[in-house]
Amino acid sequence: MTLPGRCPGPRSIFGTMKALAPTSEAELAEMVASASEPLRIMGGGTRPIGVPVNGQPLTTSRLTGVTLYEPGALTLVVQAGTPVEEVRKTLAAEGQRLAFEPMDHRGLLGTTGEPTIGGVFAANVSGPRRIQAGAARDFLLGVRFVDGQGQVTRNGGRVMKNVTGYDLVKLMAGSYGTLGVLTELALKVLPASHHTATITLSGLDDTTAVAALSRALGSPFEITGAAHRQTADGPQTCLRIEGFEKSVAYRAGQIQTLLADLGAAKVETDPDTNTTLWQDIRDVACFHDGEGDIWRLSVKPSDAPGIKAQVDGAEALYDWGGGLVWLRVPQNTHADTIRAAVNAAGGHATLIRGNRAGGAFQPLSPPIAALQDGLRARFDPRGILNPGLMGRAA
Amino acid sequence: MDMPKPNPTILARKSQLLDRLASFLPREALIHDPSETRAYECDGLTAYKCPPLAVVLPASTAEVSETLRICNDMGVPVVPRGAGTSLAGGALPTEDSVIIGVARMTEVLETDYDNRFIRVQTGRTNLSVTGAVEEDGFFYAPDPSSQLACAIAGNIAMNSGGAHCLKYGVTTNNLMGVTMVLMDGTVTEIGGAHLDAEGLDLLGLICGSEGQLGIVTEATLRILHKPEGARPVLIGYDSSEIAGQCVSDIIKAGVLPVAIEFMDRPCIRATEAFAGAGYPDCEALLIVEVEGSDAEIDEQLETIMDIARKHDPVELRQSSSEDESKRIWLGRKSAFGAMGKINDYMCLDGTIPVNELPYVLKRIGEMSKEYGLDVANVFHAGDGNMHPLILFDANKEGDLELCEELGAEILKLCVEVGGCLTGEHGVGIEKRDLMLHQYDPPDLEIQMAVKDVFDPKWLLNPAKVFPLASSDTRRIAAE
Ligand SMILES: Cc1cc2nc3c(=O)[nH]c(=O)nc-3n(C[C@H](O)[C@H](O)[C@H](O)COP(=O)(O)OP(=O)(O)OC[C@H]3O[C@@H](n4cnc5c(N)ncnc54)[C@H](O)[C@@H]3O)c2cc1C
Ligand SMILES: Cc1cc2nc3c(=O)[nH]c(=O)nc-3n(C[C@H](O)[C@H](O)[C@H](O)COP(=O)(O)OP(=O)(O)OC[C@H]3O[C@@H](n4cnc5c(N)ncnc54)[C@H](O)[C@@H]3O)c2cc1C
Repeated sequence: MTLPGRCPGPRSIFGTMKALAPTSEAELAEMVASASEPLRIMGGGTRPIGVPVNGQPLTTSRLTGVTLYEPGALTLVVQAGTPVEEVRKTLAAEGQRLAFEPMDHRGLLGTTGEPTIGGVFAANVSGPRRIQAGAARDFLLGVRFVDGQGQVTRNGGRVMKNVTGYDLVKLMAGSYGTLGVLTELALKVLPASHHTATITLSGLDDTTAVAALSRALGSPFEITGAAHRQTADGPQTCLRIEGFEKSVAYRAGQIQTLLADLGAAKVETDPDTNTTLWQDIRDVACFHDGEGDIWRLSVKPSDAPGIKAQVDGAEALYDWGGGLVWLRVPQNTHADTIRAAVNAAGGHATLIRGNRAGGAFQPLSPPIAALQDGLRARFDPRGILNPGLMGRAA
Repeated sequence: MDMPKPNPTILARKSQLLDRLASFLPREALIHDPSETRAYECDGLTAYKCPPLAVVLPASTAEVSETLRICNDMGVPVVPRGAGTSLAGGALPTEDSVIIGVARMTEVLETDYDNRFIRVQTGRTNLSVTGAVEEDGFFYAPDPSSQLACAIAGNIAMNSGGAHCLKYGVTTNNLMGVTMVLMDGTVTEIGGAHLDAEGLDLLGLICGSEGQLGIVTEATLRILHKPEGARPVLIGYDSSEIAGQCVSDIIKAGVLPVAIEFMDRPCIRATEAFAGAGYPDCEALLIVEVEGSDAEIDEQLETIMDIARKHDPVELRQSSSEDESKRIWLGRKSAFGAMGKINDYMCLDGTIPVNELPYVLKRIGEMSKEYGLDVANVFHAGDGNMHPLILFDANKEGDLELCEELGAEILKLCVEVGGCLTGEHGVGIEKRDLMLHQYDPPDLEIQMAVKDVFDPKWLLNPAKVFPLASSDTRRIAAE
């Protein structure tokens, strides 16, 4: 037996405090309004990120269900605590998907729990297809959320084009529960592709590899994945193409011709092998085992190899044509070097795994930090929603 | 349409303001003679006009910053302006305001094909961004019909879209970074050549904020390699219901056309008379365009035409030449011009869920009869962004008011079926007073709280977007 509104949950996720688990938006609003201490907002709790928050856990895991699904309009409205897996199955039944391909953090972070769709958007997580399809935030059409005073608010809608008023939908995506608790999301979904091919080049150094990825991405052949990784067989540079069968075959051929000067390429068309390959890249499988801090860098692609080279002994996985770099370094080392290198080049670095107490995100310039603090003070005047998670206490 | 009364204190201090501005601006950058400020009295919504106190045309971010600092200091409202093509009155000045126009800031600052971006000053026109990279095979995707004239500045402020946004997205999906000057003169840099700007998504917030949060002077934009080719197909139906069903089936089939455009009979007839595109005379016409190599286009069009055939089209014609494709698009692109030839018209911009298309078209037809004003429909069917054109006679007493009333009713209908007031033109002054039909007061309150953070004195484009009654206390407190 569990008390209504309380959820026992495994200790590893919820810590020692029992989580508040509202079963409706109204109940959630009431809980936030009457909260007298900081709240730690969670979906499934699979992605502890940012500066660890001390506070009463509050989970959306009981706000579940698909409210509306119109495959012909490519739209889905869903409650924030709905498991990602349920969303995936609902869409797959109609041959559709979340095109931005968000990662599963459980392997990398050693967490358990059921990832929620609210958590995906609260963290704006996008995988390899981000370079072609866009980020999670580009697929979020509308939100309902509860702000720090317990006020229910909505923004956007469920249509593809909407410029009515300010775009708080984008602002809420990637705000890590520091501006409000998302309760309902309207999403744009896309048809899943029928065929996939991956063209792999072997043995390239990082700089040559990123240049090759750039060349392919600058072609008209619509690459939906562009990664460079280290394997037991040496470095592999992978380019993914998706679509109808003949078109995939044609474009795979064109890409091979385009990169013919870099050695013989291997083309993989087996669906399962492709799924596994890109899931491994998406979920950074190469760093799941073993120790070390994990950093996630977003930089200008051509800067990536140079930044990596400045970090002694780092291992790297490049995604997004080089624009997304996952670095593994020995525990508690190189933080200053990484921050400085990214700062000098432009971009940002986030400590995903490691000691995050000192700040996980890239420090912001003073005017931007002031704007963000100002926004938090308006959305959450009491400073009770995940306070300090994004780096500066409210 | 009400605008706030000009602040007499500001009008009285005009010469002091001009002295301070003239102290650092070159002569040609400061316009205050009434014969010249008149050129800035309205934007594309020409029914409303008011010359500003002065117009500043800076040549650099530093000049924008200094101008804003002075206006902020003296409590003078500022109206940012790009090319002035807004259809929502977004760039309409008030008598006591200074227009800051970026029209002289048109430089390309950096072009980087390896990393696929271009950095420009925001006064550059949309089409000339593509123009700067075209020879090397690249393009900037968002393509509003006004692209020859409109500036990137206005595109960002309105989050503008275009015919091809079904595949490539609107401005916000193609914007990587900005340099933006806050009302107090602070210069900020957000995002850049990397993806997903750091911290909260301020870039997403600024895009579409209608010049109320800051003045954007530079922008980093994503560029793409041009597709190998593109080809449209024309599909005609005897009912808009069936056309709507066909659109839905195409989308469900997993083909992602770059554009699905829809025109109804009144629009087809007007366009045909004007452009002679060879459109069939039918109830509903679809133009569906796909991209790729010849073989890829064949493969996609085959699927689309199979679907179209299942719904018994009265016309199904694939373009067979570059020339024919151009003609097909010329018809669609000159639709507004064609309507303008025969009538004055007001262009609406509501969006609806695509499955509501048949119902909404039927209701618009009924309302058009009730009001005795013709309505022609031409719109982006793939994403439900409607552009009903209400025809009226500007010289006829009361016709404009009647037209505005019908317009408001149609927009309310869009909201009622689950859509919104504006898909790409913005709220401006035009839809300001309808905002409470879409949002509840707390929803607007939190949007206004965002403006409080960026512009505490409510000096940037203050009388737009929010109903005057809702923003009253803030604007008055700021005075
Ligand atoms: C087998 C598998 C396959 C997967 N495949 C996909 C896939 O195809 N598509 C996909 O989208 N995802 C997929 N993922 C999961 C996904 O990428 C994330 O791991 C997960 O969604 C994180 O959600 P969470 O609820 O655990 O977030 P949490 O770790 O609980 O939260 C993350 C952050 O968001 C905040 N937050 C959480 N919920 C809210 C809310 N409602 N409002 C405000 N802030 C909130 C938290 O405070 C925290 O800062 C998959 C996961 C698995 C296990
Ligand atoms: C014939 C015609 C067809 C059109 N077709 C389309 C279409 O297909 N799709 C579409 O989306 N729109 C369309 N529009 C509307 C219009 O062209 C767009 O809204 C365009 O983006 C406005 O750009 P502009 O430079 O002319 O901006 P302006 O009209 O000068 O200003 C528009 C808004 O932007 C603000 N602004 C201007 N410069 C700045 C700046 N530097 N910083 C901050 N804010 C600023 C202004 O204050 C104002 O609120 C059309 C208009 C016409 C006349």
